[in-house]
Amino acid sequence: MNSKFETLPVRTKFFTRGTTVVAAIAGLGIAAYLYRVFFGLEAATNLSNAYPWGIWKTINVVAGVALAAAGFTTAAVADVFHRERYHVLVRPAILTALLGYTFAVIGLIADLGRYYNIWHPIIPSMWQGDSVLFEVGMCVMMYLCVLYIEFLPTVVERYRNRVDLPGVLAHFNSLVESLLEVCQRYLVRFISLFIIAGVVLSCLHQSSLGALMLVAPTKMHPIWNSPISPILFLLSAIAVGFPILIFEIILVSRIFHRAPDVSLLSHLARYIPVLLGIYFAVRIGDLTLREVWPYVLDGSFPAAAFIVEIGVGVILPLLLLARKRVRYSVRGLLISVILVIVGVVLNRTNVFLIAYEPLYASSRYVPSLIETAVTVGLISTLILIYRFFVVKLPVLPRPPEPEAVSPGQAESLVTPMKGE
Amino acid sequence: MRKDRRDFLKMSAAATGALVAGAASAAETPVTADFSRAYGVLVDTVLCVGCRKCEQACYLAHSHCKKDPESLLDRTVFEESRRPDECAYTVVNRFVDPDRPDRNFWMKAQCMHCNQPACVSACIVGALTKDWRGPVVYDTWKCIGCRYCFLACPFDILAYEYNNALDPQVRKCTFCHERMAEPGFRPACVKVCPGGALTYGTREQLIDLALLRIKQSPEKYIDRIYGQHEVGGTSWMYLAGVDFAKTSLPEPGDQPISSLTETIQHGVFKSFVPPLALYGLLGLIMHSLKDNG
Repeated sequence: MNSKFETLPVRTKFFTRGTTVVAAIAGLGIAAYLYRVFFGLEAATNLSNAYPWGIWKTINVVAGVALAAAGFTTAAVADVFHRERYHVLVRPAILTALLGYTFAVIGLIADLGRYYNIWHPIIPSMWQGDSVLFEVGMCVMMYLCVLYIEFLPTVVERYRNRVDLPGVLAHFNSLVESLLEVCQRYLVRFISLFIIAGVVLSCLHQSSLGALMLVAPTKMHPIWNSPISPILFLLSAIAVGFPILIFEIILVSRIFHRAPDVSLLSHLARYIPVLLGIYFAVRIGDLTLREVWPYVLDGSFPAAAFIVEIGVGVILPLLLLARKRVRYSVRGLLISVILVIVGVVLNRTNVFLIAYEPLYASSRYVPSLIETAVTVGLISTLILIYRFFVVKLPVLPRPPEPEAVSPGQAESLVTPMKGE
Repeated sequence: MRKDRRDFLKMSAAATGALVAGAASAAETPVTADFSRAYGVLVDTVLCVGCRKCEQACYLAHSHCKKDPESLLDRTVFEESRRPDECAYTVVNRFVDPDRPDRNFWMKAQCMHCNQPACVSACIVGALTKDWRGPVVYDTWKCIGCRYCFLACPFDILAYEYNNALDPQVRKCTFCHERMAEPGFRPACVKVCPGGALTYGTREQLIDLALLRIKQSPEKYIDRIYGQHEVGGTSWMYLAGVDFAKTSLPEPGDQPISSLTETIQHGVFKSFVPPLALYGLLGLIMHSLKDNG
């Protein structure tokens, strides 16, 4: 591996005061999850026959998968289009995607009434080619496998010829060693094939997520009931990929007291207004062609939700990131990418919850305490596992040499978090 | 409305094609089976007297919840509008004709057993199927409990056993399909109906019967058979004395609900050409840019 792209484990201890707080929230989430498993959906959620899908599907699965788009967008830019300078960001992006998808599946299991049947779509006798959900399920499953393979080089690099398991497990050292050898020989060498497969699978299911609600054309609010919804979902997923990555890198730099590579992030951020602009233009064209502007201006709750989604989540970051000054300031970058992320989460929530208008509902769906606790708990657990991985494995880029950052610049870039 | 949807189909097919490097060909028209010989039920709300015996008979035929069968004949429930739930596959509601407030009419609600059911198209594992004889049948064993069928159903008729932590099922009218092969079969509700409001027969026979009733008593009936064309036709159909807009039945249009999603699915996955083409294209880019980086 070229030393220019070197990634290293972060040298820090795992538990700090901040980590303990996150762990406590994760613990509450796991308790809420167990409550659902033992007492059922009625006790744990506010789901009903009128509102069969709640935040577990919308936030944990649909929005979670959208925010995990960092994986395939970064792999596409760095590996497929060979923009080599971004190569150093591939590992954090793949790890984000890997954890994002894994937790989407864990969140989905909480939501499924018969979760022990989750493997059924794999069985050929139950394949259902008409179903959008079948395609999403199969692609997500295959992409999850691809992500684990894409992450393998990181594990192999760290532990090959260095396996040293503690205690009794030491007997398995040579077995694990030969397993890593097999991975190196048969998977890592052909990694390009998997990288392309990851991009194709992502394009397929990111767009298909947008087709899911088209199965309810008579119950969807006109603003979001677009036949090109699959394309809008794909475009917004591509647009949110780099913002998530930039958000993550800046956050991690602050937590580990490092200066982020501003020039690299700012360069990457140039793509965002372009991608966001394409999404915005297609969205406006779609609304205009379908003649649904009157619904946007009717002052209703869905109309307000739409205006916030587009205004805060698309137009504002578009205007901000179009300015070079914003792209080259860490704070400006951070605020802008948070807006893009919020915008995509609002869009998914609007499509799956706000736009869905059941025929005989007496009141709107509002998530229960347990539902919220599970969602927040899963996100906290994800953060903990992320920390564990970056401490143990060479995921994050080597921090810049002290002389690479001028003293004044470093001061303005790093705001150490108290309690670390 | 229908023209709009056709345009949407064209637009989406074209857009999907562009998405996957222009490899998607024009969408296929779904093959529409002829359901005239399939069985169905005609619900004549002009003849219905609101006795709730169909509700009771349905409970006795399927009873999976504990209830007092006598309570199912209590007519005070008409004070509130009800929906079928996990314990009641069918419910009767009372409506008032706004033009003649002195007159009530009643309407039974249950699964419509669509000819081209959106729930069947949506189901991820094929747990819902359309029996060629008419019923839309649910297979508990296959079901994963995702409730996507609930979103797809244009009549919002499905119910879930949310209170069951281990073995929850989707509950809906079964059309008593488990007894359908028996000689002289009629669904439990049809068998018990005292006023002739429910008639079991082939779709063809039922449409003829409905047309005859409308022709013989045009003063009693609205000239429309609800379910003849709605969402591509349904096995259960309704006659009414008032405009259907004044009932709780929705107006989902005549196009099968799943036509758009099926067009997209089949367009993208036609012989797997579009995904493979994208794979090839990306591979080519990856290879040709290799040394320019």
